[in-house]
Amino acid sequence: MADRGYIGEQHPQLSALDRCTRCGLCEQACPTYRLEHYEPDSPRGRIFLMKEVAEGRAAVDANLAEHLYRCLGCRACETACPSSVPFGELLEDGRYQVELHGELDPKRWGWRTFRHLAFETVLPSRTLFTIAMLPAQIVQQLPPLRALRFLFPRRSLLRKALSMIPPASTAGGAVKAGTVIEAEGTRRARVGLFTGCVMDALFAGVHAATARVLARNGCDVVVPSGQWCCGALNVHAGERRHATEMARVNLAAFADPTLDAIVVNSAGCGAMLKGYASLLDGDAQAQRFAERVKDASEFLFELGLRQGLGPVYERATYQDACHLAHGQGIRQAPRALLVQIPGLKFVELPNADRCCGAAGVYNLTQPDRSAAILEEKVRDIEATGAQSVVTTNPGCAMQLQAGLAERRLQTRVCHLIEMLDRSYRSGP
Amino acid sequence: MFDGLVQRLAAIVGPDHVTTAPGDLSNYQYDGSADSALPQVVVMPGSAEEVTAIVSACTAAGCPYVARGAGTGLSGGAVAEAGGAVIAMARLNRILEIDCANRLAIVEPGVVNAHISDAVRAHGLQFVPDPSSQAVCTIGGNLAENSGGLHCLAYGVTSHHVLGCEIVTPDGELVWLGGRAYDAPGYDLLGVFIGSEGTLGIATKVVVKLMPLQEDRRTLLAAFPTVEQASGAVSAIIASGIIPAALEMMDQLSTKAVEAYVNAGFPTDAGAVVIVELEGLRGTLEELVQDVQRICIAHGSREVRQARDEAERERIWLGRKSAFGAMGRLGSSYYVQDGVIPRTKLPEVVSEVAAIAERYGLLIANVFHAGDGNLHPLIVFDERTPGDYERTVAAGADILRACVRHGGSISGEHGIGIEKRDCMTLQFKAADLDLMARLRAAFNPRGLCNPGKLFPTSRRCGESARTVARGALAPEMVDAAGPAF
Repeated sequence: MADRGYIGEQHPQLSALDRCTRCGLCEQACPTYRLEHYEPDSPRGRIFLMKEVAEGRAAVDANLAEHLYRCLGCRACETACPSSVPFGELLEDGRYQVELHGELDPKRWGWRTFRHLAFETVLPSRTLFTIAMLPAQIVQQLPPLRALRFLFPRRSLLRKALSMIPPASTAGGAVKAGTVIEAEGTRRARVGLFTGCVMDALFAGVHAATARVLARNGCDVVVPSGQWCCGALNVHAGERRHATEMARVNLAAFADPTLDAIVVNSAGCGAMLKGYASLLDGDAQAQRFAERVKDASEFLFELGLRQGLGPVYERATYQDACHLAHGQGIRQAPRALLVQIPGLKFVELPNADRCCGAAGVYNLTQPDRSAAILEEKVRDIEATGAQSVVTTNPGCAMQLQAGLAERRLQTRVCHLIEMLDRSYRSGP
Repeated sequence: MFDGLVQRLAAIVGPDHVTTAPGDLSNYQYDGSADSALPQVVVMPGSAEEVTAIVSACTAAGCPYVARGAGTGLSGGAVAEAGGAVIAMARLNRILEIDCANRLAIVEPGVVNAHISDAVRAHGLQFVPDPSSQAVCTIGGNLAENSGGLHCLAYGVTSHHVLGCEIVTPDGELVWLGGRAYDAPGYDLLGVFIGSEGTLGIATKVVVKLMPLQEDRRTLLAAFPTVEQASGAVSAIIASGIIPAALEMMDQLSTKAVEAYVNAGFPTDAGAVVIVELEGLRGTLEELVQDVQRICIAHGSREVRQARDEAERERIWLGRKSAFGAMGRLGSSYYVQDGVIPRTKLPEVVSEVAAIAERYGLLIANVFHAGDGNLHPLIVFDERTPGDYERTVAAGADILRACVRHGGSISGEHGIGIEKRDCMTLQFKAADLDLMARLRAAFNPRGLCNPGKLFPTSRRCGESARTVARGALAPEMVDAAGPAF
């Protein structure tokens, strides 16, 4: 068994595993436990399995792999845990070990191929990623193509993929790498804008809106060239080598010491960027970088919004992105910004901080579980009667949009920053 | 072993709901206590009829079995110490009926405690018993352990809030104990069943009482320099004739651990904090609040804070409910005791607990359902340090001895299970235990239903039960686990 224990230094650490007292308070916070009521698919169960390996009583095997990959990585258990077990880190380290051990289960070949292609080939390469995003961008620009989804059966991968592609932004615009958008009025701060990969390819309008809102609020917005994907999808899938390289690329791109903050409008990326110090083993440059990273909502809330918000006559609700609420502990700032919009009727979404089932690539790797979780979320959204559901992460936005479309609801999904931008544009 | 049983179980519940995979079994070896033992099969029924069929199949095969809800129990009640089958009840989680006019609900045993109140809050009703684990623990387990909670001072424990239940007896019969109405004629078998720790059968439906929400509520947090002063205030509050809905106390170690989690403004420099909740009609509480404040200050409290809104109140209670779970900040494992003493003895017993901690060189944090005189000393230990667990068990037994010596009891609400069974002799004579054993035999003649729990083994109180951990059942334990007691 010893030869199938953890390899090397990067593995779930006993010091972290020991914090779990097996009290079980995490169970109802866990979407997979709520779905199946099965102990191995609860946070406590997964921690116990990782600890069994750490203490030499079990091996890194197909069973461990199965339960670690059934986890969404939403980290709602961290919010529920009185002892602050760092579950997100344990999960990433556990998956890293699963991948180090290689072929554990012949049934996983599909995942391994996908993983190799997506995380080790396409994401690390700007060119390949751009090519991979082309079909989605074509559909985005030619909305009638969306109807193609009806050619595929419900719950099929292609149907899901087609209904996930976000519509092109009505406000338009895009930010260009290597440019600076100048502050309006008195300058209050100078910030770097993180643009990432999927956000940049499919949510260009959100970046443009972010730059406008920041500039309106007195910020010089620097869009450094050379920046690239944060590496979160890789790390969540237990891939560290390329993720570390991507982190180094971003550290170099944002090396400018005059930046007061590095603003990011994707919750998943933000959580990753804030974790660069730990990814790079406490590297001093990464530490300084991570300290300056701010989610756009966090940054604007702390800065204080300037006057000039115009009315948006709409009923809106807010879905917490897991990696904002559970990953970064940011819950109040987005709500506090929304309620400042005149005319906007804000209604709280029941179970707003429960995962929508997107969870990075989970909706592709575990389609049935993801769909069951999404269905519950869509029912909750429907009950609010909201015309817009506001969120702060591309994965969530696409997942919610697909779920709402599948149920033929008119509710639109928009990014928090787009809502603020709309409000400013309708203002005086 | 148990030839063909697994196939029969699979035929009953479907192959997806039964497992013998070693990895999965390992997740069913523990509950919320320090005990663990591997089952040989886990089966997850989806209906009362399936539970009946499972019990019959296990009985026919001579296989021991134990029902398990959320696995949050604190005395090893759901640990399959004798091996055999764990019957995981969590799928039976439907609220079958809510009858507001008659203020009752019928639920399946896998329903989470807090979900009942969530479902009836809009009707102005609640299910009162609120163990600290209420966000995750299930009604079946509450029934088995006769769980208490933060508000049982004023409203009573689980048995006061259950009207009836349907159970599967160890003979495989589906019977009703009690019902929808109060006071069923005949023996109070419901009273016998509640708190029987899974040794008399498995509940499959539970009729719970619902109570109206109170009009008004105030929550006070008082800080004291020492636990002794806080205990004095607790006694004085009760002596003054006030019956708070809840009256809780936490020492400094516990307060520090939970404050790091909740940020509820618990004063971490105080020796102890007391949480007082007052409930009643609107306009009647202000005077009581002032009385409580006056008593606390007279007993040395330097600060009595009132929760300003529901959010602040919820944070205070979340802190209190998180105390056990927060022990992971102090050490890798904890062992919780559940002794009860007359309230007036609190200061003395608290000093004794401190002395025991010093004698054994162990860290002991304390939370108290102070109003009930129910202590929860949390002994922090490291599983991997040889001898640490054994010292912990011995220290725990010394605490229980102190409780009994002061006229109290060895368990308030967590059950006896594995952890405290050898201490039963501190409180009961052979004749008492024999009567209980005969009662168990009447329901559970072959002793297959949750064997080994509740009754003392050949060990003395305070000797470690670790020999049985992780499935290594010693031969003498097989005897002890059987019906022969």
